[in-house]
Amino acid sequence: MTQLARRHAVNAAMTLLTGLAVVVALIPLALLLWLVVSKGASGLSWSFFTNLPTPVGEPGGGIGNALLGTLYLVGLACLVGLPLGVGAGVFLAERGDGRFGSFIRFTAEVLSGVPSIVVGIVAYGLVVVPMKRFSALAGGVALGLLMVPTLARTTEELVRLVPGSLREASLALGIPQWKTSLRVVLRTALGGVITAVLLAVARAAGETAPLLFTALNNQYWNFAPDQPTASLTVQIYNYAISPYEDWHQKAWTAALVLLILVGALNLTARFLTRSGLTREQR
Amino acid sequence: MTAKADKISVEGLSAYFGKTQVLRSVTAGMPAKSVTAIIGPSGCGKSTLLRCLNRMHELAPGARVEGSIHMDGHDIQGRDVDPVHLRRLVGMVFQRPNPFPTMSIFDNVSAGLRLNGIRGDHRTMVVQCLRQAALWDEVKDRLRAPAISLSGGQQQRLCIARALAVEPEVLLMDEPTSALDPIATAKVEDLIHELKSKYTIVIVTHNMQQAARVSDQTAFLYMGELVEVGPTEQIFTNPREARTEDYVTGKFG
Repeated sequence: MTQLARRHAVNAAMTLLTGLAVVVALIPLALLLWLVVSKGASGLSWSFFTNLPTPVGEPGGGIGNALLGTLYLVGLACLVGLPLGVGAGVFLAERGDGRFGSFIRFTAEVLSGVPSIVVGIVAYGLVVVPMKRFSALAGGVALGLLMVPTLARTTEELVRLVPGSLREASLALGIPQWKTSLRVVLRTALGGVITAVLLAVARAAGETAPLLFTALNNQYWNFAPDQPTASLTVQIYNYAISPYEDWHQKAWTAALVLLILVGALNLTARFLTRSGLTREQR
Repeated sequence: MTAKADKISVEGLSAYFGKTQVLRSVTAGMPAKSVTAIIGPSGCGKSTLLRCLNRMHELAPGARVEGSIHMDGHDIQGRDVDPVHLRRLVGMVFQRPNPFPTMSIFDNVSAGLRLNGIRGDHRTMVVQCLRQAALWDEVKDRLRAPAISLSGGQQQRLCIARALAVEPEVLLMDEPTSALDPIATAKVEDLIHELKSKYTIVIVTHNMQQAARVSDQTAFLYMGELVEVGPTEQIFTNPREARTEDYVTGKFG
């Protein structure tokens, strides 16, 4: 009986310890949320979302151009990253069993571990240098490239989950392989792929490093792909490293906006996963 | 049984998965607009034989075929034959119902038309195929419902309708009722009787009673070898080969 009692005690202690570990792990997250909300919320106003930034001390400045810039950059990134990432994923799942497939898979794995600033340098070399200017396009390419490896691997996993019987059903109808892959197989995995895309977009929206020397920044509205563009993350960075109290406040508020944006994307992805868009196939 | 011209004639057909030989020089003819049943114990090569007829066998890794298959006198394995086109002429229904889960009932039937870019009045064609598959009355009020909302037996008839939509001449059925209950099975068997006036049907079945009920001709495969092929009545009542008799009387298999 004493041994059983001891075991119970050890069990309780271990449960407590692991529970404690969870709490400790959650502290930074809670702190982060609390800090950003408490410091940033006071700066929230309609004009903060719609106005251009103002010089130090001048009231009424906003992050309208940076918010729009982030959406614009993410849009460009999707143009680059979605076809490449999803296409590569479908290829890997449907035709990737050979050596070439293993090579691509290995490359994607290595690339997904590359620091984002390195991807920024690649985009700098690919787009900024030949164009001789910083541009939204360069930022979009950087973020797009960043999306490709994870998107490719996730898409591959999801497409592999589609039962082979659906491929056979389609092929037996005389539907060519490529149409079978895109219109039947990818279509079936689409719910999951959309979730993966949203997560990739959320990640791209939160990137700063690859934008520093590609999209740079812009104090004004910009819709031209060949001009520098503001983004939330770079704006936060610039405000945060400035010596001005006013700008620090704006950095906190902008950070809150970014957090809400990324959080909303993640939640939407979660919701889609749950709501059965990715319902398990037989 | 009256002698009908063979729609498909298989000659000296051997099939392999890598080094494993699953069919050994099979020779058989399948008469037009009649039902040929392929029976035999598990793993005897029934499904492989079926899959050679629409060249689905070659999709498996390491798959290889020797011998010839002619349909209406044309070598279906010829270099000038595109397997994609062949499969429009030779439809297939699988063991488990496999409707496209993201598509509605209507879209499942019209999938072959849409994805193959076949023009025409899809609605009329879909209605006609659903009628042919004896499913129309059960689904006419919910054509936009998801295909997976149907019962297993309905799903299988939907798959038959889907296969009919691309207007094949031959219909291959790979144990089409093995996942269905007896009532659904009876419906599919009735359907086979209806369909043979228009299509050449080749059906693989585990169930000898089914073969006896639905087919005009029966082929008995054993260990990749075609033991005997002949009119169904003869195979079941007066087979030439002792092995056939042992199998159909349930002594083994």
